[in-house]
Amino acid sequence: MEQSLDQSKEIKKVTQRHLAKRSFQRHWQLYLLMMLPVLYFVIFKYIPMFGAVIAFKDYNVVQGIIGSPWVGWKHFENFFNNPVAWDLIRNTFLLSVFQLAVTFPLPILLALSLNEIKDGIFKRSVQTLTYAPYFISTVIIVSMLILMLSPRTGIVNDLLGLVGIDAINFLGQADMFRSIFVWSDAWQVTGYSAIIYLAALAGIDRQQYEAAKIDGASRLQKIWNIDIPGIMPTIVIILILSVGNLMAIGFEKVYLLQNPLNLSTSEILQTYVYKMGIINANFSFATAVGLFNSIINLILLVIVNSVAKKISGNGLW
Amino acid sequence: MKKKKSTIRESYNDRILLILIYFYLSVITLVVLYPLVYIVSASISSPEAVTAGQVWLWPVDFSLEGYKEVLNNSSVMRGFRNSILYTIGYTFIAVFLTIIFAYPLSRKNFYGKKILMIFILFTMLFYGGLIPEYLVVQRLGMLDTPWAILIPKAIAVWQVIIARTFFQASIPEELVEASEMDGCSSIKFLWHVVIPLSKPIIAVLALMYAVFQWNSYFDAMIFLRTEDLFPLQLELREILITQTQSGGNLDIAEQQRRQQLANLMQYSLIVVSSIPVLIIYPFAQKYFVKGMLLGSVKG
Repeated sequence: MEQSLDQSKEIKKVTQRHLAKRSFQRHWQLYLLMMLPVLYFVIFKYIPMFGAVIAFKDYNVVQGIIGSPWVGWKHFENFFNNPVAWDLIRNTFLLSVFQLAVTFPLPILLALSLNEIKDGIFKRSVQTLTYAPYFISTVIIVSMLILMLSPRTGIVNDLLGLVGIDAINFLGQADMFRSIFVWSDAWQVTGYSAIIYLAALAGIDRQQYEAAKIDGASRLQKIWNIDIPGIMPTIVIILILSVGNLMAIGFEKVYLLQNPLNLSTSEILQTYVYKMGIINANFSFATAVGLFNSIINLILLVIVNSVAKKISGNGLW
Repeated sequence: MKKKKSTIRESYNDRILLILIYFYLSVITLVVLYPLVYIVSASISSPEAVTAGQVWLWPVDFSLEGYKEVLNNSSVMRGFRNSILYTIGYTFIAVFLTIIFAYPLSRKNFYGKKILMIFILFTMLFYGGLIPEYLVVQRLGMLDTPWAILIPKAIAVWQVIIARTFFQASIPEELVEASEMDGCSSIKFLWHVVIPLSKPIIAVLALMYAVFQWNSYFDAMIFLRTEDLFPLQLELREILITQTQSGGNLDIAEQQRRQQLANLMQYSLIVVSSIPVLIIYPFAQKYFVKGMLLGSVKG
């Protein structure tokens, strides 16, 4: 028994080697060509991963990543001993959860609604128009927000003025920052995110609808019992991906929306990393904060994936 | 046909639900549309009318002052030119690298493709961090050169997956074998057979990469110091956000002058900078949908 197992292993090894050899002989040009993108990933993705060790060192330019002296957990301790740390973690977490709570269900609702109406000009226009803001750059979105929410000349305050409400400096109020960020995000990406659910809806077996019709199911029953279960796998995957990115929230937009007045809610881990690292050149400390952020993301992703797998049988791996 | 039948037999509740759905979709569309219409209207109204709050839907006091100002602004025009160059160069590099990576990964008996897939997927799970990435670019001597814009983001894992899925489905193994029989080398096959057969996916990749590059400002903000190299988005940030948010330590007169200038042209600037994206939007829409569908097929 044991012998035959060994034997089969041996055979497997030999065939593996044989397959590899044949593949190299046959595709050597492709392997050669591929060196370029592989090199790209090594240089721009994997070297930074190893470069993250400077979180445990006192990095200086002269000695470089390898030569700089080890300092253990010093930078992490400095970060967590600073009361700012908990504000940053709280801000990052609250902003992300709020964003998920809004931008996750809205596209599903949009897709389910679009799925109910007949193909035609109305349906096509709704799709084309809701999809368009996705293509507008972050800089432009933030500029539009600043222009339209301006206390002196903004259209929103003009309209509020008509009903007798005093001008509000929306972007200058810390407690409004999260709503502005999240709802403008919903404005921008809902149409785009709905596409994937629409595709999943189109893939549902037609026979189920026929059967439902014969049973006299109402529209709502049909949505509830066929549409939603039909797109559940997609919903789960998208949810896992969004939770995995929970702490990696749209940094570029947060940074642009920041001003001294709303910093108490708008400063998040990543903007802090940028300011500490790139602006203040405090490389090791900033790397430590960034590493903390990346590891939280990884842990969240692993947890959500395993929970989703247990509950629904679907997961990323 | 089928649908028509069902509308006849639709119950009262179903009809109410359908009306609610139409109402909901109309509201959403108007909410999305309004800011866009407002910006365009404001951009072709006179600055006085905009500042006085007279514009709320349609243009008031038609004027192209703002556009004139934009076209006369040398830093905007320089940014526009830079962005076009970056977008073209970056798109070429990115599409090329993506194809030469995705095609081998799509071949059935390409040894090592599993490991290579894990090798790239892992980079989606774990991120080395902004600072280590910055240090790599610095070490390579790319800081403050166009290379810092063209190279560090040159391959997106998602795009590799999309392209691989496409190649798997549309370049049959038999075709490869037949061409090998005729003595055609892999590179020749890739160039003369795969690429001509893959125009749709190349369009998808090119559009995705181009829109990404046109709209991005962050890498430029980190890696570039010389104003001559700034892409449009970074110039826009200077004019539309930094200057209107805080005057910094400029003197009052200079601040006021900039404020007026910004007021005059900010709406038209938004429109002008979005024009390239608007032009390709009809194509982009179709191909982005295709791309997303390809990417969502697990395989």
